[in-house]
Amino acid sequence: MLRDISLHILDLAQNSVTAGADCIEIALRCDKENKYLTLSIKDNGCGMTAEFLASVTDPFTTSRKTRKVGMGIPFFKLACEQAGGEFQILSVVDVGTELIGSLEVENIDRLPLGDLGETMVFLISAAPDTRFVMTLESVKDVFEFDTNAIKEEIGDVPITEYEILQWIKEFVNENVQIIFGGVLNEIIG
Amino acid sequence: MKSLAELKAIKEKTQNDLAMRNAQNGIRIVVGMATCGIAAGARPVMNAFMDEIQKRNITHATVAMTGCIGMCRLEPIVEVIDKDGNKVTYVKMDPDKAIRVVTEHIVNGNVVTEYTIGAVQD
Repeated sequence: MLRDISLHILDLAQNSVTAGADCIEIALRCDKENKYLTLSIKDNGCGMTAEFLASVTDPFTTSRKTRKVGMGIPFFKLACEQAGGEFQILSVVDVGTELIGSLEVENIDRLPLGDLGETMVFLISAAPDTRFVMTLESVKDVFEFDTNAIKEEIGDVPITEYEILQWIKEFVNENVQIIFGGVLNEIIG
Repeated sequence: MKSLAELKAIKEKTQNDLAMRNAQNGIRIVVGMATCGIAAGARPVMNAFMDEIQKRNITHATVAMTGCIGMCRLEPIVEVIDKDGNKVTYVKMDPDKAIRVVTEHIVNGNVVTEYTIGAVQD
């Protein structure tokens, strides 16, 4: 099992990178009643056939060749269902894939958010040419992070420079605090 | 409160030592970061490598992540690949071991034999 939601994002978004996506949208939203926390990861990668899609939550399905099991999606599905939520995955070949999982905010088994800034930094350093968009939303506010906006600012300096990544990590986490502080019980508001 | 404008200052600061860094593309440190690696604690290991390399101002090594290397029970796995393509595989890593690999292997060129796959699996 993975210990927090940020680790699930780190894991699942790599599937999108492998699928050849050049834009990956990650959204974490708390609904108005503050009942469900919903994670969605949407990409414009190669997508999956209906047949593969039907079997993708089975741990013995994987597209990789180094081992015979694929635990990423089954783990996340389990994490959602254990916390009173639901999981679904939609995919169209050559269009992309969207994965949506919800967790009850107050459920004792809901995973904590984890370090989202670090997750973004690792994803960006693994796929610097991919556009990552992250949206955080709660009753308090909406925050959107877009690597294209960063790249516009830094020009010819690679986004993988340590100082830039460090800045991104702090920027994201500062906004996690603003959006989810007091909304999720592990983040003091 | 951070703003995008701060990036301008970082840009100017990093542009100076950028050319130097690109000139000597040397050692690659690759951390396995698939489901198995993440579950075993690969993230703090990767962080330790990034921080230590920055702290010591090492310009001849880069840190990257990769998928599953195929030996999930030995995760976190780290591969150190020199400029000629020679590869050393470290297994069951943690942040403290990562720091030792940087000081002994990356800086001084001595492989930390006791952490390698050969020492663990015989």
